[in-house]
Amino acid sequence: MTRTLRALMGATALTAAGFAVAAQAETITIATVNNGDMIRMQGLTSHFTDMHPDIEVEWVTLEENVLRQNVTTDIATGGGQYDVITIGTYEVPIWGANDWLLSLDDLGDDYNVDDLLPAVRGGLTVDGTLYASPFYGESSMVMYRTDLMEAAGLEMPDEPSWEFIREAAAAMTDRENEIYGICLRGKAGWGENMAFLTAMGNSFGARWFDMDWRPQFDSEAWHNTLTFYIDMMNEYGPPGASNNGFNENLALFQTGKCGMWIDATVAASFVTNPDDSEVADSVGFALAPDNGLGRRGNWLWAWNLAIPASSDAPEAARAFIAWATGPGYTELVASEEGWANVPPGTRTSLYENQEYLDAAPFAEMTLRSMQAADPTNPAVDPVPYTGVQFVAIPEFAGLGTEVGQVFSAALAGQMSADEALEQAQELATEEMEAAGY
Amino acid sequence: MARAVTTQRKIVFTAIAWIIGLAIFFPILWTILTSFKTEATAISDPPVFFNFDWTLENYAIVQERSDYMRYLWNSVVLAVGSTFFGIIIAVPAAWSMAFVPGKRTKDVLMWMLSTKMLPAVGVLYPIRLILIEMNILDSKGALIFILMMINLPIIIWMLYTYFREIPGEILEAARMDGATLKDEILYVLTPMAIPGIASTVLLNIILAWNEAFWTLTLTTVDAAPLTAFIASYSSPEGLFYAKLSAASTMAIAPILILGWFSQKQLVRGLTFGAVK
Repeated sequence: MTRTLRALMGATALTAAGFAVAAQAETITIATVNNGDMIRMQGLTSHFTDMHPDIEVEWVTLEENVLRQNVTTDIATGGGQYDVITIGTYEVPIWGANDWLLSLDDLGDDYNVDDLLPAVRGGLTVDGTLYASPFYGESSMVMYRTDLMEAAGLEMPDEPSWEFIREAAAAMTDRENEIYGICLRGKAGWGENMAFLTAMGNSFGARWFDMDWRPQFDSEAWHNTLTFYIDMMNEYGPPGASNNGFNENLALFQTGKCGMWIDATVAASFVTNPDDSEVADSVGFALAPDNGLGRRGNWLWAWNLAIPASSDAPEAARAFIAWATGPGYTELVASEEGWANVPPGTRTSLYENQEYLDAAPFAEMTLRSMQAADPTNPAVDPVPYTGVQFVAIPEFAGLGTEVGQVFSAALAGQMSADEALEQAQELATEEMEAAGY
Repeated sequence: MARAVTTQRKIVFTAIAWIIGLAIFFPILWTILTSFKTEATAISDPPVFFNFDWTLENYAIVQERSDYMRYLWNSVVLAVGSTFFGIIIAVPAAWSMAFVPGKRTKDVLMWMLSTKMLPAVGVLYPIRLILIEMNILDSKGALIFILMMINLPIIIWMLYTYFREIPGEILEAARMDGATLKDEILYVLTPMAIPGIASTVLLNIILAWNEAFWTLTLTTVDAAPLTAFIASYSSPEGLFYAKLSAASTMAIAPILILGWFSQKQLVRGLTFGAVK
């Protein structure tokens, strides 16, 4: 046999082997949103495929609402377009109970399920079955300008009350120089202003429904919540606040126009980043305010990975989720991009890691905020639902947005707080009756 | 004196036209400018127009993160494919209604137009289920068919309007010279209606290029066009305006260039009819 012939045979064998591997490779399609931690995960995908050469990964990144709509449609029609989906804490209990998601109880010993933060794990579990694995979690807290607070002669306590927040907002507001004491969400939406107002309502003793699913917007607690919010925003908030969501307030805070901002803990890394924030070196953190009723006005949210029941590659999907949400991924991100970039808010061990605590000055406040929220018992009075800043029922997305529009209109001055509450009560009553509660 | 007034009026009208033109173009200009800013500059208040440190960083990030060429190719295939098949169906349909009208031609035309009044989401589930059943979800072929169907009423209406302006006597003369139906449409009607067909093609390409509902809901990877590419740069938590602007600029650039080069035909076809 000549050398050329042998070389040709060898090359043929290698090509055949290559084709064989390619033919065996299973492709998983992952639907996700455009958040920094998710994009980082995409960049590290090769580490997973190196460990699993038989799995190929395709990413589909979509705007949050488009993702929610596409995934819902795909699951409802059994399209099987996605093998791993990114969903929030609101969807998991509903979809899990509908058998739309596969169980994730067997992600392996390395996964260490007991390391998950109890509050987060509880929100993703239905009847003892884990239906989604948290990728990163967040709560909400007060972010404030230490320089303005000092100039106002005040000191922010770790656990402020709403009255202190109003007092501080009044002291920091300087409208001539476009500095507004308080920036809060006003844009309508169940995940926008209603996330904030529902969590705030919890601390005022308000709740969406009583134990018989009767709407409670006609209660004194909701009146106090909404009038406090609107009065404070009208007096010390920025103009056009009814259009402001997370990103608008982030822009205002980063450009030095907010004295205080109460919003997602994930914002802490943005406002302290000197590349983007003009006030990076003068930001302090505190727990979300309370009214002394035993509940704080902070929420609990996590972006999670789950497998839709329509997936045609569930085992490969399971392997990916075990990798992306396991302790090994945390180590990988730390080694590749530093501890400050590790996805926060899912595992107890992260908050016991001194390297992480040194790299993220807001870590302790984030953990305390997350621990302060209880999705199974969110309000002062008992409620028939789970969820801190949402009500985990299918009707809430529509109803929450409708009520959000009414509250946003009240903030814009189109109606009074009491008129808005009256409308909210009517909307909720109609919706709940129509849904058969 | 009369001359001076005419000149003055010309100046006023030209100025008004420029102001309206610039107002319409401003969002595109602002998107392009924002794409060269940093995220911090993109949100600066008061807004900065030209006096900022120009950067190509956003384009580099978008290039690194997304396979732009794949999205671009899919957009080209969907826009050109749906237009091509749409024209093949629409030319004979418009011909028959313009030159051999029946009692119910007007009703048929109105019925076709009325299909555009149906909210697209109303037929999302049935169409999706059909595609799943046929195993063609996320395929370019299925999207070409759907985009063709949703734009067909507009194409037929436009062509019908152009064809109506062509004197029927010319076609009769061709028939008397022995032209078959195919010859009549291909060699007599089509060349006379070229400006109208050209503007219909261009408009349909633009409509298909910009279509965002079906292209976002029926695709994932294989058939996802530039609309999906843009959608992937919106972020619920974190500043994204500069990167989104870079992605948008890259997505609209091909169709913008096509529009610029063909604006003469487009304007002529849309404003003057077939044979003027």
